[in-house]
Amino acid sequence: MIQLTNVQKTFQLSGSEIVAVDDVTFTIKEGEIFGIIGYSGAGKSTLIRLLNGLEQPTSGSIVINGQEMTTLKGAKMRNARQKISMIFQHFNLLWSRTVEENIAFPLEIAGVKKPERQRKVKELIDLVGLTGREKAYPAQLSGGQKQRVGIARALANDPEVLLCDEATSALDPETTNAILDLLTNINERLGLTIVLITHEMHVIRKICHRVAVMEAGKVVEIGSVLDVFQSPQADITKRFISQVTDTGDTDAAVAHLQQETPLGKLVKLAFIGERTEQPVLAELIRKFPVDVNIVQGNISTTRDGAYGTLVLQLVGDVAVIDEAIAYLHANEVKTEVLAND
Amino acid sequence: MIEQWFPNVNWEKMWTATGETLYMSAYSTLFTFVLGIGLGLLLFLTSPGQLWANKITNVITGAFVNIFRSVPFIILIILLLPLTNLLIGTMRGPDAALPALIIGAAPFYGRMVLIALQEIDKGVIEAARSMGARTSTIIFKVLLPESMPALVSGITVTSIALVGYTAMAGVIGAGGLGTLAYLEGFQRNRGDVTLMATILVLVIVFVIQFIGDFIVNRLDMR
Repeated sequence: MIQLTNVQKTFQLSGSEIVAVDDVTFTIKEGEIFGIIGYSGAGKSTLIRLLNGLEQPTSGSIVINGQEMTTLKGAKMRNARQKISMIFQHFNLLWSRTVEENIAFPLEIAGVKKPERQRKVKELIDLVGLTGREKAYPAQLSGGQKQRVGIARALANDPEVLLCDEATSALDPETTNAILDLLTNINERLGLTIVLITHEMHVIRKICHRVAVMEAGKVVEIGSVLDVFQSPQADITKRFISQVTDTGDTDAAVAHLQQETPLGKLVKLAFIGERTEQPVLAELIRKFPVDVNIVQGNISTTRDGAYGTLVLQLVGDVAVIDEAIAYLHANEVKTEVLAND
Repeated sequence: MIEQWFPNVNWEKMWTATGETLYMSAYSTLFTFVLGIGLGLLLFLTSPGQLWANKITNVITGAFVNIFRSVPFIILIILLLPLTNLLIGTMRGPDAALPALIIGAAPFYGRMVLIALQEIDKGVIEAARSMGARTSTIIFKVLLPESMPALVSGITVTSIALVGYTAMAGVIGAGGLGTLAYLEGFQRNRGDVTLMATILVLVIVFVIQFIGDFIVNRLDMR
């Protein structure tokens, strides 16, 4: 659906050269929700603007739906953009137009006749849940309602791709979840491919199928959200994941426990998918004569399944502890020894 | 009562002069509005990073605006006499004042238009581009409507300045309340005529300001 090959974008800023996007290659499949996560300045805003030609790459190729975007000009580029729509962090609505006039704007651009426009606008207002607010001006709406107008506007010309530029970053957590639910709903009902950029791992975890992690213009990690959560490779990915899994005081608890009872092994277990719902631990205690202290536990859900971590202190005979860890491995529970006695 | 306070006022002349002032102000405001928006848009769109970014055009337009904005109006009128003669066919009367009024005010208003356009959220322009809008659509459906309150309050200020300019245009025999106040009032030492002409100018200014504020309030939905 979307294929980026060796995409490079450099900016000339007062003599010095800034590489915003550095040799990026990846594919986004049709109908998936693809997340790009990175801190500000990582190049994700530039990258998403390359997809609809708001920025042109310095080199490389971007093919969307079989069409090479980097060589499009004039009317062809404008037509392509009608099928690759975008929503924004600050909504970017026209304050001089009402809700329905804002949604009608892309239809006016596409040259849709008035009766058809009115029909489509009504349908979209129902879809995003803004019925009754048609005549309101953006200034009279809350942040979440404004983003709903933004989404309705973006869907007006039946796009194939929806680009989300930090679409929830200006919203409170509850509104964020409502907007994410709406995006998931649209993705499922309309089969639309969604590309979103964010700095919040929560957004990735909640709605994305796959994720790319960006740092300094490069994609440092890419894969299905569950895979990336289970076994993050890059340091930056681990930092992003700790945004949603860390309770913050694990390190302190571990240190404290080692001081109190300097015995046994500290082990971190990772449960994936169905494993999170099975009584592995109960069986372990029954089978092996070891004492088990639970230090910290946590479970996160992604859209493709749950992912849990558990930090245990195992006290007992060293050989038995090793056997117990081997048993966990055999049951597809990832274990990592944090500290020995 | 009024006859008693203003014994020397020839009302017929006074109303004719008022009509001439209104005529000159209205027409010059209209043309200034159109030309000023054109100049402002050109300045805005050719500035760095904008849709028609072009340094040469931007610098030339900017220089043109600055030159005509800086020349004192009274001198501008005299400098433009040959042009006026060419365009209007005469150097006297209200029509003859129009070219100088417009050329004096349009660059001034153009700067105000530029400031109004720069106030527009860049994200809105980007959003329109992302929808595949052509430049003309962006101008007429985004830039102008989104800056309309500032454009209207700008033309209100400019229009009031133009009422003042029409008085100065009296030196080329343009007519209007300024000429009347000067010739009939000041030179013949009839203070009541000057006072009455001033009162009428004030009324015109207040009415323009009121209409301007009213429209801005109706337009601004922010």
